[in-house]
Amino acid sequence: MQARVWGCRGSLAAPGADTVKYGGNTSCVEVRLDSGHALVLDAGTGMRPLGVAMQADPPIELHIMLTHLHMDHLQGLGFFRPLFVPGADIHIWGPSSPVEHLADRIAMYLSPPLFPVRLADLPSKLTFHDAPEEPVPIGSATVRAGKVTHQGPTVGYRIEESGRALVYLPDHEPSIGGSLVDVPPEWISGHDIAHKADVLLHDAQYREREYPAHVGWGHSSIADTMVFAHKAGVENVVLFHHDPYHTDGELEELLVEARGKWPGMEDRICLAAEGMTVMLDDDGVSLHA
Amino acid sequence: MSMSEPLGTPGSPKSLPLILARELASNLATPMFLIDPGGMLVYYNDAAAHILGKSFAELGEIPSGEFGAALHLTTPDGEAVRRRDSPAGIAFFEHRPSHMTVMATTYDGERRQYDATAYPLFGASGEMHGVVAVFWAHRPEAMES
Repeated sequence: MQARVWGCRGSLAAPGADTVKYGGNTSCVEVRLDSGHALVLDAGTGMRPLGVAMQADPPIELHIMLTHLHMDHLQGLGFFRPLFVPGADIHIWGPSSPVEHLADRIAMYLSPPLFPVRLADLPSKLTFHDAPEEPVPIGSATVRAGKVTHQGPTVGYRIEESGRALVYLPDHEPSIGGSLVDVPPEWISGHDIAHKADVLLHDAQYREREYPAHVGWGHSSIADTMVFAHKAGVENVVLFHHDPYHTDGELEELLVEARGKWPGMEDRICLAAEGMTVMLDDDGVSLHA
Repeated sequence: MSMSEPLGTPGSPKSLPLILARELASNLATPMFLIDPGGMLVYYNDAAAHILGKSFAELGEIPSGEFGAALHLTTPDGEAVRRRDSPAGIAFFEHRPSHMTVMATTYDGERRQYDATAYPLFGASGEMHGVVAVFWAHRPEAMES
């Protein structure tokens, strides 16, 4: 499979000269499977340019997999051109709710006064699913979701194909103010789904000194991200969900901080950037900025 | 949940509602016990350790029946409370909350009175994630005030 980052900013789109290197679009990752299916992880503002690109290279089947419904993970949906193709068959997955169907929750955004077009008026054929907590086959991959600690119902996704695993946990606060160091792995949110992943895209919103003022906001300190990744035994960590206030320079300082916590593994830690691709195949894993 | 480890296996991955309940328990001074869907006592906090005389780190995960037997639960009149009839048992087997005043033998051999409350944890799809049981030391003066 090949993953491509179309947006990796957290919370709010942050365009501008200070963010041009790593990008200002919010969360959206395209995963192309060997079978020709496409998974789109989250519908942040990065989804707009993805939709344009996808028109020239449509997948044989399209699945949009939402981790949760905060605006920075949903706002691009209304600007995703495949949704406006009459009859296009599109599957949308998201966290379950005992109260409201996924479509009804998404329609809270895709309806006036927040948006001019109603979800029900889209010409494509949309099928909604609860995020699968047991593995489901999609094309040549199996996909599994796991609930994780964030603000409100949120999942992460694990995608496995040909013995390789890509895990996407963009919004995740596994420690909630405590220390993960002494917590048994089975008690750590997201551990099960991230275990032994070849590539983990993980929330890394805050530097250590910033985290105490943001405990409970649903995001990780870089220290917690690295402890989490280490305990999960992942091979490569892609730092994701960049704080909208962090400039490119500050993100590179955060990367130094992260690498300092994983001596000897420095080359396996990187910052997500718009346009980055991640290849997972028989030869291993390769990341390209 | 992991596909390879069944619920109730010591060390098996815990569901998010249980993880959040543990986080809550670990920050409370009220004795709190967590039972997983397989009937294992999978966590209790430091306040609960004062009742049992052992920290969770020392005891580890045990079948909840063993834990209940160790406490020798009775009614205030001395009638034995069967596991299924205890608040945790009712929450676990009957999937409903329960409250009861009980006498329990604590680690020092003393019989003490507690108000025990237990309730089941249900997930978004209605699935059972386990039971939370809370013990409050009985304080008659609190009832009088």
